[in-house]
Amino acid sequence: MTPLLKVERLSKFYGQRIGCADVSFDLYPGEVMGIVGESGSGKSTLLNCMAGHQPLDAGQVLFNTRTDGMRDVVTMSEPERRMLGRTDWAFVHQHARDGLRMNVSAGGNVGERLMAVGERHYGGIRDQAMDWLGRVEIAADRIDDRPKQFSGGMQQRLQIARNLVTGPRLVFMDEPTGGLDVSVQARLLDLLRGLVREMGLSAIIVTHDLAVVRLLADRLMVMKDGHVVETGLTDQVLDDPQHAYSQLLVSSVLQV
Amino acid sequence: MITVENVAKSFVLHNQGSAIIPVMDGACLSVSAGECIALVGASGAGKSTLMRMIYGNYTTQAGRIIVGEVDVASAPPRDILALRRETLGYVSQFLRVVPRVPTLEVVAEPLRAVGMEAGSAEARAKDLLAMLNIPERLWSLSPTTFSGGEQQRVNIARGFAHDYPALLLDEPTASLDATNRAVVLELIERAKARGAAIVGIFHDEAARAQVCDREVDVSTFTPGYIA
Repeated sequence: MTPLLKVERLSKFYGQRIGCADVSFDLYPGEVMGIVGESGSGKSTLLNCMAGHQPLDAGQVLFNTRTDGMRDVVTMSEPERRMLGRTDWAFVHQHARDGLRMNVSAGGNVGERLMAVGERHYGGIRDQAMDWLGRVEIAADRIDDRPKQFSGGMQQRLQIARNLVTGPRLVFMDEPTGGLDVSVQARLLDLLRGLVREMGLSAIIVTHDLAVVRLLADRLMVMKDGHVVETGLTDQVLDDPQHAYSQLLVSSVLQV
Repeated sequence: MITVENVAKSFVLHNQGSAIIPVMDGACLSVSAGECIALVGASGAGKSTLMRMIYGNYTTQAGRIIVGEVDVASAPPRDILALRRETLGYVSQFLRVVPRVPTLEVVAEPLRAVGMEAGSAEARAKDLLAMLNIPERLWSLSPTTFSGGEQQRVNIARGFAHDYPALLLDEPTASLDATNRAVVLELIERAKARGAAIVGIFHDEAARAQVCDREVDVSTFTPGYIA
């Protein structure tokens, strides 16, 4: 099987400082990979570089496109990359307001992505938007409300609906459950897990919450100071961490 | 089906003065299809450690652990994930689930993961839950709020849902009443009859005597052991 995403020796520097250095990995269809590490370890930098939100200094990000096979996203033209961002890729931001249009209705937020891929029939768009709002458990009578009128957890679910409506194959998530209270987190985890299985999508999840990766991720990558210090099966890294930093990370979690 | 060859393991505690704790050396074990073996030895001898190594949950420093066609000790994560999906089941002592997911779905999930369609997977899950005496009114609820014994039975139902050719059982009869204990032993007998290779830890000696064909004393794998 060919990987869906192949990252090779990706590096990003902020002047003298290392953003992330020499990161390589393969992600296969249907796989969920977690990236953990403390604040400033380079995990968000890595995610943003892969997703094309930040230029990188060295390395390749190869994506298995539907039409042309493996393509380096870094050297792709801007329109091509943008098309990818609207179709096969999705990006769920930590703060929902970064991923939503705050002055457009909930239905409009979901429908916009459909229109971007050529959907034109108003009724069809509204039906699909309605369907997705239902899947993320937003009541149908809120379709015409703006995200501003939603709670934080609802905004996050709306962002997910907006991202997944076009049936992407790869989803980047930056702290998707960060800042949400635990009952909302559980709901979101349940939702994400269901979507990953039903739609067979692959995902890369950046988080500092080890409980989230244990439940969602197949594989784990631990980062420190811009470097990957350990990778492996999620349960193996969490239950038998090999690197000094992973051991510290795992042993620092409070038991509940 | 399961072969452990000259396996060694030690834990290195980097943040506690880099203490190195050797826990296993020269471990060998072989289980054929249709056979159930019991790991025995005092508490702390390494029964669970060895079981976790076979599952790929713990790393292995030396030797080989062959399950089916895969060497768990050296295989990449992707191969171990596929092995766990298709071939190697594990009933641990603790149920770990995504909150809010109904019990029926938790039990049916391993079947859905190997591609069984929803209806048949649910039917099989219902059979197992009924067999293990989980009241039907609980099936639509998340097991996170269940009692310890109920969670253990949900865990067993989940572990026996798919017919894995190899099974690891960590104290499957612990915290169960006599009726449910008998059901679990029946499930183990059935798994053996269909040809599953089973490695188990049983503190329950009567259960061990009933289902296990052999015992393997893991204290002989403790580093520095003199026969």
